[in-house]
Amino acid sequence: MEKMLLNIGPSHPAMHGTIQIKVELDGERIIKADVEIGYLHRGFEKTAEHRTYMQVIPYTDRLNYVSPLLNNLAYAMAVEKLLGIEVPPRAQWLRMIFGEISRITDHLTCIAPIGMELGAFTVFLYAIKAREYLWDVLDATTGARLTTSYIRIGGVRADVPENFEDLMKKALAETRKSVRDIHGLLSRNPIFLKRTRGIGVVSQEDALSYGFTGPVLRSTGYYYDVRKAFPYLYYDEIDFEVPLGERGDNYDRYMVRMKEIEQSMRIIEQAMEKMEKGPVRNEDEVVEAYEAIKAAQEGKYREGKLKLNPNLEGMEKEVYHLIMARVPRYILPPKEDLYRTMEGMIRHFKLIMSGHGLRPPAGEVYVPVEGGNGELGFYIVSDGTDRPYRVHLRAPVFSIMSALAEMIEGHYIADVVPTFASLNMIGGELDR
Amino acid sequence: MVLEEVEREFSLGKKDAADGIPTYYCPGENLFPLMEKLKKDFEVLLDITAVDYLGKKEKRFEVVYHLLSLSGKMRVRVKVEVGEGEKIATLSSLWKNANWLEREVYDMFGIEFEGHPDLRRILLYPEFEGHPLRKDYPLKKSQPRIKLLRPERK
Repeated sequence: MEKMLLNIGPSHPAMHGTIQIKVELDGERIIKADVEIGYLHRGFEKTAEHRTYMQVIPYTDRLNYVSPLLNNLAYAMAVEKLLGIEVPPRAQWLRMIFGEISRITDHLTCIAPIGMELGAFTVFLYAIKAREYLWDVLDATTGARLTTSYIRIGGVRADVPENFEDLMKKALAETRKSVRDIHGLLSRNPIFLKRTRGIGVVSQEDALSYGFTGPVLRSTGYYYDVRKAFPYLYYDEIDFEVPLGERGDNYDRYMVRMKEIEQSMRIIEQAMEKMEKGPVRNEDEVVEAYEAIKAAQEGKYREGKLKLNPNLEGMEKEVYHLIMARVPRYILPPKEDLYRTMEGMIRHFKLIMSGHGLRPPAGEVYVPVEGGNGELGFYIVSDGTDRPYRVHLRAPVFSIMSALAEMIEGHYIADVVPTFASLNMIGGELDR
Repeated sequence: MVLEEVEREFSLGKKDAADGIPTYYCPGENLFPLMEKLKKDFEVLLDITAVDYLGKKEKRFEVVYHLLSLSGKMRVRVKVEVGEGEKIATLSSLWKNANWLEREVYDMFGIEFEGHPDLRRILLYPEFEGHPLRKDYPLKKSQPRIKLLRPERK
């Protein structure tokens, strides 16, 4: 028997993500596999130790860059737990809505390449089209499609725009249409079934031993979802199901994700109904920011609604307390106070300048949320200074990828592609 | 409940952290038997990481284990203090993902796991000098160039 050693990756058309798989082949069958990771290692944890608590948030966007809001959420919740901040209800509902949008985009980004790499390019286009509509909603609210930094310590960055409901309805309708089309193209497609049914099977024991969480664990039939087991935000007030698979193969992983998209849409719709209507922003006399600053320098207070930079839309003073906790010690003042009053200026200064800043009491927290790939948890150790002593991300995909070698051993080399795709490996989260 | 059982057996002191997860300090030699007991209830090894308390504690490192019980819906945190150059037992025979998680701790902190089947660097490359998450590793330290396998052509 002649063995052949083959390198798949680090850059390969069927590897959406930089990872190297060294396989030992007998013909087309894989005898032994070795997975090499770390090509996208950016030292997130080391960097975070040298940044203030607020400065870490943009870095968290870049961990799992297809569902950045869930990373923001986990980090913000961990710091809030350290500080003991209560987040206002409207901010919680917004976090939930945008978190679920992120989950949908995460799942769509997983499903799209499964189809594409098995030759069904149309699926990719449908999924990406739906994702764009969802990202339009994100764009309108947060100002960015991907790296949003929307969820802040103590709340969210901004309230939703006025046309939010229409945008959301349109995005959900488009997503429903795309999901239906993808179901039609893939779910009973004999070619797709042949490539995914019974391939990349993980047993329940193995899944637990490998520390699987999220859709990959649920595809083996194990009922565990952080949203149900340890409810956070308002997930306990919402009616949704946790879809389960049976066999733990590639097809089940695909199917669980497809069903989860539908559940996430249900959550969004319920949350939009339950969330109180936003306040009507008043359109009184508008004052330019420089006028307010000039008046403040002279010790006066300029009346009227402050005209904010378009980037700051949604955080006017009248909505600020709805989306941000009212804890002056830890939360930045509204921009209108910053520009107009000395107290606001001092509050802002105290939180932003180096040497001051947010100083949580010494201690440690581990706070998990249900990320796109499973339990996404931040472990933060504080020593009482303005910078975290240690930040660690429990990346769900890290544990999942450690099983890849075992999952592909004994299979054909062509099976690597759907198996790898169904695990939804995200380089930023895996390598940190 | 297995927690009370191991508390008695290993005479562990419980400490409650800010997040309400029960936290135990365990001496290094008891780690493996303790984890073996805990595994009955806590099926999932969520995470292994370490914290470097350089100059703050007598023993430099703390290796932190997070376990999850799916049936009991709770988590537990176990900490082991490890001095510089000391070794610690591997859990790779109990949980399969411990293999990679321990490799990461070794890579980032240089803590060695005794009996680990494949203790190599995981996120960084083999020629990397030092362990970046140690507190005495400077943030902006640059690494030497890797020697080329073949000399450069002139």
